[in-house]
Amino acid sequence: MKHDRFTGREYLLCSLLLMGVLLLCVCVGSVNVPLGDTVRVIWNAVWGKPQDGGAYQSIILSVRLPRVLCVALSGASLSLCGAAMQGLLRNPLADGSTLGVSAGASLGAVIALAFGVALPGIPYGGTMVMAMLFAFGSLLLILTLAYALDRSLATHSIILIGVIFSMFASSLMSLVISFAGEKIKSITFWTMGSLSGSNYPYAAILSAALLLCGAVILRHREELNAFAVGEENARHVGVNVRRVKLTILITVSVLIGVCVSIGGTIAFVGLVTPHMARMLVGPNHRKLLPASLFSGAIFLLLADLIARTILRPIELSIGVVTSLVGAVAFVMIFYRSRKEGA
Amino acid sequence: MLTAREITVRYDGKPAVDAVSFELLAGQWLMLAGPNGAGKSTLIKAIAQTVPYEGTFLLNRHHLKKIKAAERARMIGVLSQHNSAEYAYTVEEIVRLGRYAYRRGFFSRQAEDDEREIASALALTGMAEYRRASVLSLSGGEVQRVFLAQVFAQNPQLLILDEPTNHLDLKYQQHTLDLVAEWLKQPGRAVVSVMHDVSLAKKYGTHALLLNRGKTVAYGTVDAVFSRENLEAVYEMDVYAWMRELLAQWQGKE
Repeated sequence: MKHDRFTGREYLLCSLLLMGVLLLCVCVGSVNVPLGDTVRVIWNAVWGKPQDGGAYQSIILSVRLPRVLCVALSGASLSLCGAAMQGLLRNPLADGSTLGVSAGASLGAVIALAFGVALPGIPYGGTMVMAMLFAFGSLLLILTLAYALDRSLATHSIILIGVIFSMFASSLMSLVISFAGEKIKSITFWTMGSLSGSNYPYAAILSAALLLCGAVILRHREELNAFAVGEENARHVGVNVRRVKLTILITVSVLIGVCVSIGGTIAFVGLVTPHMARMLVGPNHRKLLPASLFSGAIFLLLADLIARTILRPIELSIGVVTSLVGAVAFVMIFYRSRKEGA
Repeated sequence: MLTAREITVRYDGKPAVDAVSFELLAGQWLMLAGPNGAGKSTLIKAIAQTVPYEGTFLLNRHHLKKIKAAERARMIGVLSQHNSAEYAYTVEEIVRLGRYAYRRGFFSRQAEDDEREIASALALTGMAEYRRASVLSLSGGEVQRVFLAQVFAQNPQLLILDEPTNHLDLKYQQHTLDLVAEWLKQPGRAVVSVMHDVSLAKKYGTHALLLNRGKTVAYGTVDAVFSRENLEAVYEMDVYAWMRELLAQWQGKE
């Protein structure tokens, strides 16, 4: 079989495309920076050469570059999580936001902020761990409820429960916030924060999480293929169903937890980009997972670019753009799967 | 090859399969028969380890419960009654999943084995020309053949079939059952299948286990089990008379 994996050329092509979009996003913004200056500043910074102190240096290095890196990493992570869940649950509408995992993670983060849960030594460590724990807890709760409702985990029942859970989580969040007293400011800042306050430590944490969790998910590509064909079939061909399911769910929760604690909930990324990737490369996870990584990064970068520039100088929240695109895509996928499935 | 001792499966406390035992030897094709709700599919699920059960299965004298998933898949292949696809996998990708349990390292010999088994499974089931086709574009019967190819590629010793001919038209009913009969001719192989159609069960089976409401009514060779009395007791009708009446439709009117 020749075409069941990403070839070196495809990796190169995607990487080049991603680099191009990254550069574009660093250049364009409230102030446009010429491409040559951008490349020179980044080049000098990477190789530790002295900067010539141009006017653009601080914009690029302390504002744009960390943000663009965080956006790309979040996009890739969320998209990978979406692809993994859609395969595992055999459900093309599964995603952190549609299943309520992101809402659960937000709730965890807000509780951590409100009650001052902190890990000594790690900035925002408490928020992050709480977001992960709540993401996993919500995922378990939602799946348990869905199983009780209908053992085949049909598309529609999962989504329904996810939506209900999201509402439940956000009302709990409001409740926590109203009890938060003087911490209300930092919570509000966090919930609105999106990725505009990104810095290099965040980018480092995101890349570590993506590297670790991404490796785990990519290792399970065959198992995801088996699950995407059917859980019962997966068991019959010899997949250790319980272990693989638990591993993937924990991994996805960790990755979504990290993303949410840094960038807030960015809806629909994990829904839209794996779907686009599937249309391009097919459902085989050998190709789908890498394709989702790249397309997620590129999609979120472009969404962020639009959010920053379309109403210049006003900056939209990135979630506004992804939700607009995502809601349309959701409806399209939903209708198509209804027509085919029935 | 497979020994079942006092297998009981409970749904909500009520036994769906009640203390069923049998002993399957190599070369045998055991037909599980009985009316709706007799517990045939549940017994199949117990062998496939997808439902919790009491009692013991011994596979080549090893406790089946203790065998790891991948190792079990190399010995037991299961074709379920309902197979469908949600995503546009190609026929070959689905069949390739049958080789999952054989994954081990990156040895080229392994890959050659895989390719050979996949190619022969596709050829056997007549799906070779659909190799690159999406399963979403196939009919229900064709999808069933794809999953049959998958289970052949898995190369098990014991083949478990749940209503294998359910969605197939006559031509592929015969084709599928002949394929399985041919597959069974290799030494060291055995088949267990749920078969609704008593005529097909009688034609292809060597042994039969007649179930009613979870309990064994008769177990033995096909001819002994499908006696007029046994069938009448289970189906509450004169099966022999009905089958002859059906046969009469085909006589002298060509």
